[in-house]
Amino acid sequence: MAIGLSFQLNGFLVNVDVEPHLRLLDLLRVVLGETGTKEACGEGECGACTVLVDGRAVNSCLFLAGEVGGTTVTTIEGLTDANGGLSSVQKAFVEMGGAQCGFCTPGMVMMAVALLAENPHPSEAEIRLALTGNLCRCTGYVQIVESIKEAARSSLAARR
Amino acid sequence: MTEFSHIGTERPRPEAADKVGGKALYVSDISRPGMLFGQIKFSEHAHARIKRIDTSAASSLPGVRAVITGDDVPELRYGFLRDNVALKTGKVRQFRDEVAAVAAISPEIAQRAVELIRIDYEPLPGVFSPDEALADGAPLVHEKDSRGNPITSNVMPIRCVHHSGDLETAKTASAFVSEGEYSVPRIQQACLGPAGCIAEFDLDGNLTVTAKTQIPFLAQRDFTNALQALGLTGRNARVVVPSIGGAFGSGLDTHGYEYIAILLAWKTAKPVKMQYSRKEEFSYLSPRQSAQFMIRQGCDDEGKLTFREIEVTQDNGAYGSWGATYPNVMLVAATSLYRVPVISFDSTIVYTNNTYCQAMRGYGNPEVTWAIESSIDELAEKAGIDPYEMRMINANEPGDLTPMGLDLETCGLRECLEITADRLNWAETRGSGRRRRRGLGMASLINVGGGGKIYRSDGSGIILKLDDFGNVNVSYGGVEMGQGLYSALTLMISESLGVKPESVFINQTDTATAPWDVGTHASRGAFMAGNAAIGAATKLRERIFAAAEDVYPDEVERSLARLGEEIGPDEYDYRSVTRDQFDLKDGWLHVPEAPDRPWLRVELGRLLRAVHFSEEGGKGTTFTEESFYEPPTELPDWEKGYGNMSANYSFGVQGVEVEVDTDTGEVTILRVVAVTDIGRALSLQALKGQMYGGIAQGVGYALYEEIKTEDGRILNPGFVDYKLPTAADLNFPIELEFVETNDPTGPFGAKGAGEPGIVPTAPAIANAVYDAVGVRIHDLPLTPEKVLTALQEQNA
Repeated sequence: MAIGLSFQLNGFLVNVDVEPHLRLLDLLRVVLGETGTKEACGEGECGACTVLVDGRAVNSCLFLAGEVGGTTVTTIEGLTDANGGLSSVQKAFVEMGGAQCGFCTPGMVMMAVALLAENPHPSEAEIRLALTGNLCRCTGYVQIVESIKEAARSSLAARR
Repeated sequence: MTEFSHIGTERPRPEAADKVGGKALYVSDISRPGMLFGQIKFSEHAHARIKRIDTSAASSLPGVRAVITGDDVPELRYGFLRDNVALKTGKVRQFRDEVAAVAAISPEIAQRAVELIRIDYEPLPGVFSPDEALADGAPLVHEKDSRGNPITSNVMPIRCVHHSGDLETAKTASAFVSEGEYSVPRIQQACLGPAGCIAEFDLDGNLTVTAKTQIPFLAQRDFTNALQALGLTGRNARVVVPSIGGAFGSGLDTHGYEYIAILLAWKTAKPVKMQYSRKEEFSYLSPRQSAQFMIRQGCDDEGKLTFREIEVTQDNGAYGSWGATYPNVMLVAATSLYRVPVISFDSTIVYTNNTYCQAMRGYGNPEVTWAIESSIDELAEKAGIDPYEMRMINANEPGDLTPMGLDLETCGLRECLEITADRLNWAETRGSGRRRRRGLGMASLINVGGGGKIYRSDGSGIILKLDDFGNVNVSYGGVEMGQGLYSALTLMISESLGVKPESVFINQTDTATAPWDVGTHASRGAFMAGNAAIGAATKLRERIFAAAEDVYPDEVERSLARLGEEIGPDEYDYRSVTRDQFDLKDGWLHVPEAPDRPWLRVELGRLLRAVHFSEEGGKGTTFTEESFYEPPTELPDWEKGYGNMSANYSFGVQGVEVEVDTDTGEVTILRVVAVTDIGRALSLQALKGQMYGGIAQGVGYALYEEIKTEDGRILNPGFVDYKLPTAADLNFPIELEFVETNDPTGPFGAKGAGEPGIVPTAPAIANAVYDAVGVRIHDLPLTPEKVLTALQEQNA
């Protein structure tokens, strides 16, 4: 029995029928063709598929699509503006070398956005704790942590 | 000191925006019209005879388009020993063995169909360790070689030895000798982007494979052989490389899943995608080889090394990949890390019924360095010499020719040692932390830095094509997999050609457009690409300057008219500038000896358009140049273990401070200092990324990672049970320093930097643990259980 869903995805209303077992990850990637969100483990261990549901970071591989009715979902595609301009967190990842192979990057960026929304000035320890569920094999996390610190600094500077 | 405009800067990687925006396309993101999804039925035994395969239920499942077994399709043989086939017939030798495969209209249907395939096996006794494989009367993994000749043992036909000097005399003459056994486990490359490919044929039988590979041109050769086996001799195999979600050596061989995708695409005349899950990545891709070492080293009264003797045994698993040649690379450190006059190196690689292994970053070097650098500390203690002093006494020097014949024209090892000791306050701190269970350790590295010759050519070609707007389109056969090849290459092209980095556009790697390259491995990418690029850029500049002779005066006059300037009679004579007087910098043609006037500078795109649209129809000139670089190296004689396989050698030292919890055995890293001789920093941001990432993998190797198997079955095929270091685990400062020795063979003096980071981390940590609590762990990883057991034995 398909479930009728209506939700906000990256600023646009989506109406779609989904099977009850469909994962949010597959709704995004397969049904809606938004492939920016990555699947790297499918069991909630690596964070590559992190998206925001009503501002909260979730592993979209563990989240049933049927649960997003009436919510606001933000994926990596939703961070760039209409002209493809990068958000401040994305700019910081570019500037500070936060991406290497780039496969964990969309999930890392989404987790960073969720963290900074909750805690605009995280300490390094708080950043590292927030990233515990997001695995990266390339970077050793150093430049990712620096990217998030830079994003926090730049948003502080922008407010002044 | 040369002044560079772009080399050595922190400029972000060119593909960064697409990666942070989720726009970079990996295999998993790519679809083709009409695409089918492939799924493989893997073996259910480590060693068994295949009695019967029943695919009837799978074939009749709606949505299934093809089910194939080895009996239905031509044999596609692969591997450098040609000992592997795409679909197995007769018997299976490992759990990774591909027995059947399905193509269906969705991944779910393909998965269900695979589950419906029934196979009857007759289980056979297996061998799961080198000891078992080498025992008298052990079951044979392979009864015949690829030519059908009988095989009588499980020892692989790969010889790699080195014997120089008089070992027995050196042993007798040594004042101190350390002897020990060391081992390293199997670990996983654990790329975040899982393996996969898309294979498709056109209606003339030409094949395109979108492949997660580090070797597009060797893969093209392998796939061309497959076409031949399919009766498609003369057809074209094209390899296109999408964004790669990390590789670390896993893309150094072609894989069974790629051949099976080709077979399914051939059978169905549809594009077929094969996409591994994480569990498949762990279970059915190939990990880093384990290794067991026996090592003896000796020194004289003053601590000068007298000999080094190493015997290594490796459990290769069931089939040969390039990973079976780790000893070739082990030879570099075994013979040439420190000055050692007498060397004995023997290697034995055995077939077992474990999953076959393949390459991973460092390729034998982290393994052998684990044994050497742990043993050096043991020897130093016997000799009563500080481990840092021991390393300084024996450090390689520039100009050394090592026992393997490696020509160390530049060598910054001594400087790396000094800086590391200084940063760690070694003299005061080491040996003084026992009460607080804190300790310092260090370990050195040597790594190929100028390619690594393992094929008859170690070359790379490049094409630079300038368009009418001053943009450079680059076709290069090497692969960007996250390491920062494109970062370094962009800066090297902008520096050597004289254009802005933002005017450099590197094309997607594609065998149809890029010139031949042997593959992206052995830290060779930036070294090779840079040398090739400098060659092409030099030719391109000559071509630009020759064309400028004709059009420059007119362009200057146009500028004058545009600017409304009138110039006096004593102004610079721009009409008689010759080609050797021009320079090109950041996309502007100018004459260095001329006064700095805006009308005397011509933007490159304007100049090229002027040539292109000149009355003589561009004078037949294109602004495209190619260059092929073959490094000045030797293919070693592996029977002797001799030959200068790289154009230069990177060196480095890592120093670590640790604290050990004696109640739990847990090792906490407090600090890592890594000082590396990389010749020259090209892209500083990418270089740091390579070092941080390599060290993080080294920490995983040292403390956490191990593939656990039972009778050939992998027990921890996922991130739940296989521990990768997290951001919280790596919560210590990593301090990087670079020693720039400016190697004459390197582009702008650079040496390879991809692998050094991972090489000495584990022994540096183990040496620090010894300093902290006095226990020496011989077998990686240094888990709390092992450290605690050693502490309990120490107390007993």
